[in-house]
Amino acid sequence: MIPAAFDYQAPASVEEALQLLSGGGDTEIKVLAGGQSLLPVLKMRLAAPDLVVDLAKIPGLTGIREDGDRIVVGAMTTHHEVANDPLVAEHLLLLQEAAKTVADPQVRHRGTLGGALVHADPAGDLLAPVLALDAELVISGAAGRRTVPAAEFFQGLFTTAVGEDEILTEIRFPRHTGWGARYEKFTRVVQQWSVVSVAASVRMDGGAIAEAVVALTNMGSTPIRASSVEQALAGCAATAEAVGAAVAGVAEGTSPPADLNGDADYRRQLAVVLARRAVLAAAGVS
Amino acid sequence: MTQVSITVDGTKYTDDVEPRTLLVQHLRQAIGKTGTLVGCDTTNCGACTVHLDGVSVKSCTVLAVQADGHEVLTVEGLADGGELHPVQRAFHESHALQCGYCTPGMIMQSIALLQENPNPTEDEIRNGLEGNLCRCTGYQNIVKAVQQAAGSVAAGTGAAE
Repeated sequence: MIPAAFDYQAPASVEEALQLLSGGGDTEIKVLAGGQSLLPVLKMRLAAPDLVVDLAKIPGLTGIREDGDRIVVGAMTTHHEVANDPLVAEHLLLLQEAAKTVADPQVRHRGTLGGALVHADPAGDLLAPVLALDAELVISGAAGRRTVPAAEFFQGLFTTAVGEDEILTEIRFPRHTGWGARYEKFTRVVQQWSVVSVAASVRMDGGAIAEAVVALTNMGSTPIRASSVEQALAGCAATAEAVGAAVAGVAEGTSPPADLNGDADYRRQLAVVLARRAVLAAAGVS
Repeated sequence: MTQVSITVDGTKYTDDVEPRTLLVQHLRQAIGKTGTLVGCDTTNCGACTVHLDGVSVKSCTVLAVQADGHEVLTVEGLADGGELHPVQRAFHESHALQCGYCTPGMIMQSIALLQENPNPTEDEIRNGLEGNLCRCTGYQNIVKAVQQAAGSVAAGTGAAE
């Protein structure tokens, strides 16, 4: 399968990229990061842009660094790099756990965190962790840089706060040092997109859960933060019974999709089971 | 058309390509490296796996223009003269193929796996090859071949790397 013809530009700076994006008029433009979602879309001709703007030659968009109390991941950092980075392992275990489950090794070598977030497939594995970890997303546009909290970033199916003439440049995370984490992913076969997954990270105090963050993948058109479950888990004993009771309402108020993998009721049931497993595993109870 | 210079199996090739040209097409049709196969063409099967700057990628999901200025290693660049790469030899000796269609991609991904993890467990081998499908379902001997080759592949032993 061959994409429809397009022009290609690989700008050398963010400013140059923004000029290309803003100078389009009626030109349809797609931004290329790692290409692991965009290329399949182009090959299936679900999109046929006039121009593809490749961010790969812009220096400074890759890598993971500390910045004060934040861990900063460049938007063009690959899933492989995220999954194998010592700073991520120490401070953002949930992000590491989720990155390890994306697609397969070859895709993880090319696909990027920023690309996956802006693509915003509701079954994508990095959205829920980014939401659960209270990340901030730095977006560059003609008017300068702005920072959007993850809770406002995901706006709908394949839709984010990033405008057509903007690019996501970095993702800033508060440290979750010492938190346990589990990304409990449910698929029928390897490589499949999540039917449902649950991202959970907990801070333990003695044998109890002191604090918890929980978010859901593919239970709606955007990732969903399970705030009431987080409240129920605070101070909860790390036992199957107590955690099971705390997560029982995790699917309340959600509108999960229905497809050949399962109807909405099936997904709601699955979310409860996966949330219990994820929280217990994050708490170190198997 | 856009001019690209790509080093493939140690030789630099400069060509004009349409931006929409996939790396696998460019390798097969312009450069003649037909050892790299197109299987599913949808990023699933891994038959088109090559190394781009030393890491494995699915060349049906990379544009030739994205490889401009970079180095590609295909299955054709593995053997050193008449001497098979240790992973090629292990696939031969363990009879890790039936129809052989997935083999070039399996070998390239097995090398990538062993470069990252020289002594993988059976589970790690199966997970490391999750992006490569064998529709003959000949996985048992593929896993055996990787176990046989383990330890013999130090980082960076690919002939063109």
